[in-house]
Amino acid sequence: MLWIILKVALKSLLANKMRSLLAMLGIIIGVGAVISMLALGTGAKKQVMQRITSMGTNLLIVRPGGDYRKGIRSTTVETLKLTDAEAILDKIEGVEAVAPLVTARAQVKYFNENMNTTITGAPLTYITMRNFELEKGRVFTSVEKDHSARVAIVGNVVAEQLFGSQDPVGERFRIKNVNFRIIGRLKAKGDQGWFNPDDMVIIPYPTAMKQVIGQDFLNEIDVKIKEGMKLDKVEKRITRLLRQRHRIRMDEEEDFHIRNMAEIVAMASQFTQTFTFLLGGIASISLIVGGIGIMNIMLVTVTERTREIGVRKAIGARNRDILRQFLLEAIIISGLGGLMGIGLGYAAAESIRQFTAYQTIIELRSILLSITVSAAVGIFFGYYPASRAAKLDPIEALRYE
Amino acid sequence: MMIETRKLGKIYHLGKTGYRALDDVNIAIDEGEMVAVTGPSGSGKSTLMHILGCLDTPDEGEYLLAGENVARISGDRLAAIRNRRIGFVFQSFNLLPRLTALENVELPLLYAAQNHPGTAAAKALEKVGLAQRMSHEPNQLSGGQRQRVAIARAIVTNPAIILADEPTGNLDSKMGDEILALFRQLNREGRTIIIVTHEEYVAGHCGRQIRIRDGKVV
Repeated sequence: MLWIILKVALKSLLANKMRSLLAMLGIIIGVGAVISMLALGTGAKKQVMQRITSMGTNLLIVRPGGDYRKGIRSTTVETLKLTDAEAILDKIEGVEAVAPLVTARAQVKYFNENMNTTITGAPLTYITMRNFELEKGRVFTSVEKDHSARVAIVGNVVAEQLFGSQDPVGERFRIKNVNFRIIGRLKAKGDQGWFNPDDMVIIPYPTAMKQVIGQDFLNEIDVKIKEGMKLDKVEKRITRLLRQRHRIRMDEEEDFHIRNMAEIVAMASQFTQTFTFLLGGIASISLIVGGIGIMNIMLVTVTERTREIGVRKAIGARNRDILRQFLLEAIIISGLGGLMGIGLGYAAAESIRQFTAYQTIIELRSILLSITVSAAVGIFFGYYPASRAAKLDPIEALRYE
Repeated sequence: MMIETRKLGKIYHLGKTGYRALDDVNIAIDEGEMVAVTGPSGSGKSTLMHILGCLDTPDEGEYLLAGENVARISGDRLAAIRNRRIGFVFQSFNLLPRLTALENVELPLLYAAQNHPGTAAAKALEKVGLAQRMSHEPNQLSGGQRQRVAIARAIVTNPAIILADEPTGNLDSKMGDEILALFRQLNREGRTIIIVTHEEYVAGHCGRQIRIRDGKVV
């Protein structure tokens, strides 16, 4: 029974190949768009997550100034001191390491090449805390740090811009007209969006504070938490300690704020999720348009085959038999369109991956979703034409020329 | 009585005025009869055929089909009666294009949810002399052959009644004679046959004529 209905449906679709293809086109494009857009969103999410976790996830970042999420933060707050960093490491349980940081934008120069980049004055621990790896060379020693040695580790962007294909390690260059020796080159990490860890020069923080930037306060303290410790618990302890040290009264706002890496991960995850939904949502509009295309074709088909419907009713087809037949045809059109759309979406996602910098990942669930949705579109938009066919009066239908 | 109608009436409403297509029609047809329903166009014979074929229901009166009053039933039950008790043959054959002769004949069995439609359909085609043409599509067959396929389709569910509406109207006289001979053969096998026609020649082949004029039996 089902087989014959299927055969009739397929035959009538094959008899009007061009028309069937045009009817499917909307669904093909719609499903293709949904698949490729979801693949793009998922790819972006993975990429962002990879980059964020490459910065280390069990980190707390202490910065001077109040929380800018609550209002305006002044840019030059000089409250965070080296002694604060030492106190955090000494007095707070669960802290594995701290990295006092000073940062500034500065001109770097190598012969005729020069550029503006971020100078980060950091301790040794910074490299491991932020999951930096060396492409070549070495990190500075504690002796070099303690003696404010003029040694530098350059990021990938700086190395390429100043030295091109030349190996920078061992070369001398200038930061703010101070001579430095390059001892290492960092492996590229990729742009994070809000800052690019490759566009940076790392030097020992005492050197930075005394010789380059000339400030006795810190721009940031990175705190690495011991394995198994709760980030927010340690965050509270640090807040209490710093309030005490900075002599902040109970009713006053803090002059520093603490960022939790887990929070940033959650935020980015939420953002990319929204991005994926948005892309998928826009793409699914074309799926609806495709459904309307199917409804249109099915209405034409029903009108064209009025006489056939009359004959079928005369020989004993019930209304629901007719309904089922035309519904099945609509589902076949949208289902076949959906399958082809998956192929198209796959091809599109693959070429985005090949020819652009974006990553695309096709998940099984987006394929399952597309199949389900295209079948549902077939049922939804096929129902009206099919019920029109089912309700035809057999006598009128038999008379139809 | 295979078919019996009592005071059958059908009224069509055209705007405010009612038009009486059938008026007080009382007919009785025995099992195994071969009857012609004749009358000029617009006489109401088509309306009568639709009601006798359970495609339509009367507004007045009763229609007893093998003793059961079917004048007031509708929808799916009527479809089931058409499927099992009545075989239709049309003037313009009304075969489905793109289906083979065999598949066309199988159709009524599909709606009867029969398990092996192929065998019964093949037998019906053999009976009308088209055993060699089963896999042909309608456009590969002559008019006479198409009408034979339509007759095979009408008898495949083994109905008691065959209802033919101008079955020879689209055929030349030689093919028409063959089709009429086929109806007579089916009639000899015990089937009740009703042929609606306006040709005296066709009506002459039937045992009895029911003449309709202005919605009434004359």
